[in-house]
Amino acid sequence: MSQKKNRNVGIAGIGMTEISSHKENQNQPEMINEAVRAALADAGIALRDIDCVIHGNMELFEMVHQPDMWHVIGTGALEKPSFRITTGGTTGMTLIAAADNLVASGMYDIVMAIGFNKLQEAGSTTGGITNMADALWYRHLQTGALTSTSANVTIEEIGEERARRAAMKYRIMMDKHACLNERAHRRLGLEYDQIENLMKNSPPLIGELRLIHMCSQSDGACAMILASEEKAKKISKKPVWIRDHIAIHREETASNAYFPILSENSHRVAARKLFARNGITNPIEYFDVFEMYDPSAWWGIEWLRDFLLLDGDQVIKMVEDGEFDLDGKLPVNPSGGVTASNPISATAMLKPAEVALQMRGDAGRHQLKREVKHGLASGFGGVMWTELMILEKDLDWQGDNNG
Amino acid sequence: MKTVTNEISKACSVIPGKMALPNQYFAGRVGSRFIISLRDSKKILGVKCPKCKTVYVPPMECCQKDMTKIDENWVELGDTGVLVNYTVVNYRDAHLPRKTPYILGMIQMDGAEATLVHLVEGVDPQNVKIGMRVKVVFAGKTTNTILDIDHFEPIEE
Ligand SMILES: [Zn+2]
Repeated sequence: MSQKKNRNVGIAGIGMTEISSHKENQNQPEMINEAVRAALADAGIALRDIDCVIHGNMELFEMVHQPDMWHVIGTGALEKPSFRITTGGTTGMTLIAAADNLVASGMYDIVMAIGFNKLQEAGSTTGGITNMADALWYRHLQTGALTSTSANVTIEEIGEERARRAAMKYRIMMDKHACLNERAHRRLGLEYDQIENLMKNSPPLIGELRLIHMCSQSDGACAMILASEEKAKKISKKPVWIRDHIAIHREETASNAYFPILSENSHRVAARKLFARNGITNPIEYFDVFEMYDPSAWWGIEWLRDFLLLDGDQVIKMVEDGEFDLDGKLPVNPSGGVTASNPISATAMLKPAEVALQMRGDAGRHQLKREVKHGLASGFGGVMWTELMILEKDLDWQGDNNG
Repeated sequence: MKTVTNEISKACSVIPGKMALPNQYFAGRVGSRFIISLRDSKKILGVKCPKCKTVYVPPMECCQKDMTKIDENWVELGDTGVLVNYTVVNYRDAHLPRKTPYILGMIQMDGAEATLVHLVEGVDPQNVKIGMRVKVVFAGKTTNTILDIDHFEPIEE
């Protein structure tokens, strides 16, 4: 059974800035305001129609604290209920989950969620992340967001050569998608014949993780307007429906892959529970697109296995066979994903935003050729904080057993 | 910072920390134009909303009342204004810009509605009054910040 929802909620407006390495021409509220204006224009409504504004970022990065207090000049929350949410990398998705809850509950009819980060203002994002670690056990040892654990696990399972090739193939596939997305930050123009070269020559960061595998540091903002079914239908020609979402999180530094306290990571738990309560038995068949928060190519291939509830080398085979390409069995990250664009607290919001644009047919050059009716989006943050969301083009899932 | 020295602390370790991370702030086009004008021509600029006529200093990209984009509508202000509120800072701390006690004021520049926060000097904290006319004293040395205005001082009338 689906989580009980008081009423249906639709995405009625989407606005995002271009994602880039730096934005000197705008301060933080000005950058946010660009996304807010775009979302209002997309929905065709005015600020006075918004009942509540929620806002989030990872504040240790810009080293400006409580930004929600002074960002009102950009968010438009003047004299409106407003609050801030911060859950690490997951923030953007948590904001959408919260907006969905606020509207579904009947508390507000129209909620605007805003996620942003200006990482060029941060001197050291990995330095910031180490300050989140336990000061006794991990702070002095932590390597920020950089890790090779996924790579080690995959290599142990399927062997060095095949694992390294699969990770690099995944990375190049992401770049090929990003190159079609005019809003993506890094569009490198990589080709599959560069696999060997990149496997050897991309600068090593930590263990098997090389620079080319890792996500970017980007500046950008995303704003989304969520509305009750009645209002969403009124204000948007093509509302996209939020069917269900789940948050699963836990501390995983101590209980890492080599000493698992639980046999499944938070992604697999989230997927298993969410699909079960929605009657989805075969996610690869059911979904038409999956926008996944993939902070590195190694995490990308490992996490696809978890989210899609695959076993053994099934996921590696799918990467090798091009099943996650734009015209593959299940297109993954048509946006180019997080290795291309990562304005952190906008990043996870860009996932459901991209799925919604694909459903509306408004994605642009990277629009999928197939009709996108059922979409999946994931967010990730901290030490395994998963947010997983099912989006639907049509309001026809109720009472259905799909997949 | 004080270290705990009670009974429990003998058995419980306290790990000292100091967060220090480099960072920078992009002032943006609008904020930069204000600072550059202040620094290079000692002129104070504001922006005026064409819709509701509000004049903002510090300047903003958008009108806070009606969200109109106002960043092209610059107006030059004089160097005088009125003290609309103030407070006297008495506590001492390393981050404060002056030796205490000193006066922190909210100044409404002549011709503007929004107010600028700045230091007020040349008047004893006991004699400062709301409604006092004040004028800008520019800093001798630029820092590319709002402290290119050194402080405000009362106008003798
Ligand atoms: Zn106005």
